[in-house]
Amino acid sequence: MNDYENMVRAYRKAGGDPKVLRDPKCASLVVNKNRILGKRKIEGIRVFQAEELPKGVKITLITQKGYRIEKPVYLCFGILPKRGLQEIYVDVKIADGSSITLIAHCTFPNAVKIKHVMSAEFRIGKGAFLGYHETHYHGERGGAEVIPQGKIYIDKGGRLDTSFTLIKGKVGKLRIDYEARAKEKAVAELVVKVYGKGDDDIRIKEKAILDGPYAKSLIKARVAVKDRAKTMAIGITEGNAPFSRGHVDCIEIVQGKAQAKALPIVQVIDDRARVTHEAAIGSIDKKQLETVMARGLSKEEAIDVVVKGMLR
Amino acid sequence: MLEIKGLKLTLNGHPILRGINLEVKKGEIHTILGLNGAGKSSLAYCLMGSEGYKPQEGKIRFLGNDITNLSISQRARRGLTLAWQESARFEGLLAREYLSLGMKNREDSKRVTHALELVALNPKEFLNRAVNKTLSGGERKRIELASVIAMRPKLAILDEPDSGIDMLSLDDILNVIKSMRKEGSTIFLITHREEMASISDRVSLMCDGLIIKTGRPKEEMDYFKLHCKPCPTHKFPGKLKE
Ligand SMILES: Nc1ncnc2c1ncn2[C@@H]1O[C@H](COP(=O)(O)OP(=O)(O)OP(=O)(O)O)[C@@H](O)[C@H]1O
Ligand SMILES: [Mg+2]
Repeated sequence: MNDYENMVRAYRKAGGDPKVLRDPKCASLVVNKNRILGKRKIEGIRVFQAEELPKGVKITLITQKGYRIEKPVYLCFGILPKRGLQEIYVDVKIADGSSITLIAHCTFPNAVKIKHVMSAEFRIGKGAFLGYHETHYHGERGGAEVIPQGKIYIDKGGRLDTSFTLIKGKVGKLRIDYEARAKEKAVAELVVKVYGKGDDDIRIKEKAILDGPYAKSLIKARVAVKDRAKTMAIGITEGNAPFSRGHVDCIEIVQGKAQAKALPIVQVIDDRARVTHEAAIGSIDKKQLETVMARGLSKEEAIDVVVKGMLR
Repeated sequence: MLEIKGLKLTLNGHPILRGINLEVKKGEIHTILGLNGAGKSSLAYCLMGSEGYKPQEGKIRFLGNDITNLSISQRARRGLTLAWQESARFEGLLAREYLSLGMKNREDSKRVTHALELVALNPKEFLNRAVNKTLSGGERKRIELASVIAMRPKLAILDEPDSGIDMLSLDDILNVIKSMRKEGSTIFLITHREEMASISDRVSLMCDGLIIKTGRPKEEMDYFKLHCKPCPTHKFPGKLKE
């Protein structure tokens, strides 16, 4: 099997459907380590460049003004060997009035000592929309270190809808750091869902800065940890402009010897802004567990089902 | 199939079950009829092995084996399950996934669809609906029932399957119970409404933590109407109102 086929198999493991990578109507990009294995551009995307670097790739994507791209763009980043480093630089500009959704799968199925760093900058133009959904699979050994960093700028009336999901397999070490800045009437929604097991070490920082009047944000974290896994979720929202509205919502479930911390930080410098938060850390709901066990699942299996329900 | 002998349960110092003796035979629909607070749900929790409902005395035998000390999962794997009285006990999965939980090998989409149809939920609409607060109380109750149907247990304990579902569908519920039996499940039906007992083979009246009598549906329903419902104390032995 060649690299491309192996990558497609890994893509499937991360929850991707390989069909979309072959669909001529969908833009896509497949990267193994620092090698570009496949790339397709479609109408509505003005620039779609991928450049191989010594340790990774640099991707530039710019949409056409006013163009609404219906079909998502599928991105597949991975490292197939057990060891390796991958640095992904992402530079995305969503032109005024245009819209696009990127669906990324990052897959390190054999990770023993893998480091993946993503450094992204997203600029969302006036009245533009970006959907950015990232699903990760780090294999079963906990040998990955993953550092996704994103800075997002949303211009007047623009919208961001982003999610990060890592539910299957082990996490390893995860350091998420996303920051969204919203201008007038811009809307930002940031969601992270992670299930940590074994010795996983999870730190999530999501920040929304509401700089424009009537800007809105929602920061949501759903984290479950078991065994000896550790998690810390920091949700920050700054209401800097009149009538801006922000909410931080964090729920963590702990079992076994796992540890969870939640730290919502809300700050308001305009008395007409309003930022709220809620954080809850608790054990798994017994009633839910028993309901599932009464269908014949073991306690361990039932825990996974209940967590899956929460992380959906 | 299920034998309950001298089952006693005390919760927070209150005697809830005071020595339950009962046998459910293979293939029958056996109804427990009792007023609010009689201890019906507590008995169901005890039989299922719910945490905090471990009996202080007595034995539960299922298919000839003592299951008194088994976990919920172990009991369920032997073919015993419970449709809980409160419907909102689980959240987050799609109805399709939730209904497949009880299937030992892989999802069987035909069985899932069939179970939804039986509880009068349109599969097209509900298969991919999330089980959560967006469902009405009645819909959740139906899904709970459907998940038991899809599991095809040897013995299904149904705790007030009609509660929260509109009156009109009482007949539907009774039909559901009958089809479950046709598909091979023995039914242990819990209710406080005597109309529900009409389809049973046998009815046991429960009061104040005791089974006071077991017999044919007609007799027991009449007795319940005449003696239990009007009883001012809801304690056994009670007194008839003058
Ligand atoms: N944890 C508890 N501690 C003390 N008393 C309890 C506890 N749980 C239940 N009870 C009491 O036990 C009695 C039986 O309750 P149970 O829920 O089993 O009744 P039920 O017959 O199912 O009633 P209903 O028809 O209302 O569902 C009630 O009086 C109830 O208040
Ligand atoms: Mg009850």
